[in-house]
Amino acid sequence: MTDIFMIAALLTVIIAFGAMVRLVLGPTNPDRVVAVDTINTLTVAVMILLGVVYQQYIFIDVAIVYALLSFVSTLYIAKHIGGEL
Amino acid sequence: MIADTIILVLLVIGLLFNALGVIGLLRFPDVYTRLHASTKATTFGSIFLCLGVVVFAISQYLGTSDSQYLMVITHTIIAVFALAITNAAGSHAIARAAHRSGQNPDPAVVDKLTEAGL
Repeated sequence: MTDIFMIAALLTVIIAFGAMVRLVLGPTNPDRVVAVDTINTLTVAVMILLGVVYQQYIFIDVAIVYALLSFVSTLYIAKHIGGEL
Repeated sequence: MIADTIILVLLVIGLLFNALGVIGLLRFPDVYTRLHASTKATTFGSIFLCLGVVVFAISQYLGTSDSQYLMVITHTIIAVFALAITNAAGSHAIARAAHRSGQNPDPAVVDKLTEAGL
């Protein structure tokens, strides 16, 4: 049963590597921030899926904390790019 | 049996929308269209991946009546709420910062935000 979640987590990691292409290539700084934001969203989904795969349900709490902290870092970088700091 | 089918459908929908978001991130011409594609599609896809986990926990709870699966359900729903709210606000902040740093939309027809002096 948990094989489905393992496959979904692996495919999500492959999708996140596609976003990493934009992180490397991105011509401007806001493009890179968009790629980082996408990778953060996918990472939260991977953490929840892997918590089910390994039967360690405490990983879901880690995903909640990661979602909130990645929001704070995104806001910080956005304020820096916008010149408001 | 029917729970397995529902989980499979939810995970396929989630992976499909995540893949579409990243394809849009790679193929769209400027930062605003990339943000539009990636934020909405990956938020929707991640919500559906988490819904697959919720359906799995519900089916396990109905089978075993183990109370740790109730914890899984509530915490996954909390994570989905945190993800949905923070993604929308974060993408707004990125778009505002991109406009303030002088990025223009690629085929810019009209830019009301600059005309208004913001």
